[in-house]
Amino acid sequence: MSERQPFAPWTDPGADPLIRFDRVTKRFGDFTAVEAVDLAIYQGEFFSLLGASGCGKTTLLRMLAGFETPSEGRIFIDGVDVSAVPPYERPVNMMFQSYALFPHMSVEQNVAFGLRQDGMPKARIKDKVRDVLDLVRMTGFAGRRPHQLSGGQRQRVALARCLAKEPKVLLLDEPLAALDRKLREQTQLELVGIQDRVGITFVMVTHDQGEAMTMSSRIGVMNTGHIRQIGTPVDIYEYPTSRFVADFIGAANMFDGTVTGGGDGRLTVACPELGHDIAVDYSGALAAGAPVTVMVRPEKMAVSRERPVEGMNWTEGGIADMAYLGDVSVYHVRLESGHKIEVLRTNLRHSGDRPPDWDDRVFVSWHPANALVLTR
Amino acid sequence: MSRFRRLGRFLVALPPYAWLVVFFLIPCLIVFKISLSEAQQGIPPYLPLVDWAAEAGTRLRVNLGNYGYLFGDELYAAAYLGSLRLAGISTLCCLLIGYPAAYAIARAPGAWRHSLLLLVALPFWTSFLIRVYAWIGILKTEGLLNGLLLWLGIITEPLQILQTNLAVVIGMVYSYLPFMVLPLYANLEKMDLSLLEAAADLGCRPFRAFLAVTLPLSVPGIIAGSVLVFVPAVGEFVIPDLLGGPDTLMIGKVLWAEFFDNRDWPVASAVAVAMLVLLVAPVMVFQHIQHKRAEATR
Ligand SMILES: Nc1ncnc2c1ncn2[C@@H]1O[C@H](COP(=O)(O)OP(=O)(O)OP(=O)(O)O)[C@@H](O)[C@H]1O
Ligand SMILES: [Mg+2]
Repeated sequence: MSERQPFAPWTDPGADPLIRFDRVTKRFGDFTAVEAVDLAIYQGEFFSLLGASGCGKTTLLRMLAGFETPSEGRIFIDGVDVSAVPPYERPVNMMFQSYALFPHMSVEQNVAFGLRQDGMPKARIKDKVRDVLDLVRMTGFAGRRPHQLSGGQRQRVALARCLAKEPKVLLLDEPLAALDRKLREQTQLELVGIQDRVGITFVMVTHDQGEAMTMSSRIGVMNTGHIRQIGTPVDIYEYPTSRFVADFIGAANMFDGTVTGGGDGRLTVACPELGHDIAVDYSGALAAGAPVTVMVRPEKMAVSRERPVEGMNWTEGGIADMAYLGDVSVYHVRLESGHKIEVLRTNLRHSGDRPPDWDDRVFVSWHPANALVLTR
Repeated sequence: MSRFRRLGRFLVALPPYAWLVVFFLIPCLIVFKISLSEAQQGIPPYLPLVDWAAEAGTRLRVNLGNYGYLFGDELYAAAYLGSLRLAGISTLCCLLIGYPAAYAIARAPGAWRHSLLLLVALPFWTSFLIRVYAWIGILKTEGLLNGLLLWLGIITEPLQILQTNLAVVIGMVYSYLPFMVLPLYANLEKMDLSLLEAAADLGCRPFRAFLAVTLPLSVPGIIAGSVLVFVPAVGEFVIPDLLGGPDTLMIGKVLWAEFFDNRDWPVASAVAVAMLVLLVAPVMVFQHIQHKRAEATR
């Protein structure tokens, strides 16, 4: 019995990436929208580009589709330098943020459009259109015009139009942005399911981190034209490599400090905001006096009225704010220094031990293994 | 509140409607009335439609003979057809010249567009009549065009262009080109360019994308421009009168002749009414299509 291999071609140094960006820069006039991006995406991946508005995600995608030419650097698809290949000859298809369905054509004609360009025989086009409309569950709408469809239905047609071409790579620019939350969540799963079935590599742009987390094999976090980190959702959340990524993904408590000592995979850091030194697991080497930031996620901390046990990092303060969310409660603890810490507490019991409440002095504690040292 | 609103709305809508009634609808009705009366020597040169003075009481004297006359004399049918033909040719030429022009302006860099549009509208700064007169200077046998062609050695004898239908078409294309370019520009400019990107993305080359996407989506602009050129061109009088020759048969000239040379107001009015009916039909077809389009792309 062979064990099921996890899908992680990026860990295999011998694997050839399907898409490769080689120090790609894009300038509009004297404004640099994308700067020196290196990126490798592998066959079968669901890769997300995540970043705030205006950080260059769409520009990156449009360079891949061929609508923009890089100012510097090269892009390879399947080993071929596509810098000089026009969009209509690239083996990629893009699903536009606005869907860009042809308003003067029916759903069927829209989906058939790309196939007709390839000179596919009529009978085969018909079958293919039926198949992809089936796949996106739009069979009953073949005769309608785009304006007779709802937003979600249009999105499906746009997807079908791309899928029909069986591209090597499907590019999706905020495909779900126009949908309401419920439909969006449902469609997220559907998209992943479809990607699984057709086996096409997806590259998706989004600024919704929840979306990126649930759908992607890997995420590239972008900021002001740079890719700050590339990794699996777990990597990005648990092991951000910079303050920016730690702060951008999820909630994070960050304490600035200086290294005072270390050894044995552990550092001691003096954090003025916490009032005393803390211990952090760290595998690298940092000299005493080095400035660092210690990051701890709210759910990796405990809040309690009792003094924590020996070996834990801790600090104390008063409750500045709290919110009961059902499964968890969120506490904002204000320290002596004025610094605020966010802590999540899972509501494990119906009753019994009284949770910390307003006016309580509380201790916030966390294990050295659950903190992360950031040097950037 | 709502009463005030309705009053306000009424007051705002009143002036344009009043204008249309006084200067458009009433004159039309007067022309229509005259077209039904009988000609006479005197002032006015037609008999009243309603005879009040007769002892037998008020009598309505409707004379359909003027319209019958239009059918009777081949001149009118020939003039109508001549007008339609020359207007049609002019419209087609305007479309062939105007579409690329409008397309180029719509796709020009943003800063250029306004200047280019201004250039299209620039001729309106000068009087229409003067511009048509200027064409006489260009087209006549010893005019600028013939001078240039002779000087270049392309021709040895001056060409007779003035006083031909060709001159009329040139004049009309020149005069009405802006009316083709502007609606086409408005249409092409608001087109969603991501549709062309989508077409390219799906494997469509630029020229095919133009045929498959841009052209069908610009049909409302083509229709609007064509109507704006065709309708006034059919009834055009000044251009055929100044640039055309004896064999230029257009309804505008016939109308003029009936009115001023023959002083037959009723027949002239009948010609005008017939022309109106002939032109209103295509306009209504156009509006119907526009309406359906608007509904389809909403
Ligand atoms: N054609 C262009 N000319 C000039 N600047 C441009 C052009 N296209 C994009 N930019 C600029 O490049 C930057 C990146 O744009 P881009 O569309 O890639 O952002 P984005 O990450 O997709 O943002 P959003 O999430 O809002 O869609 C922006 O600051 C934008 O103003
Ligand atoms: Mg974008």
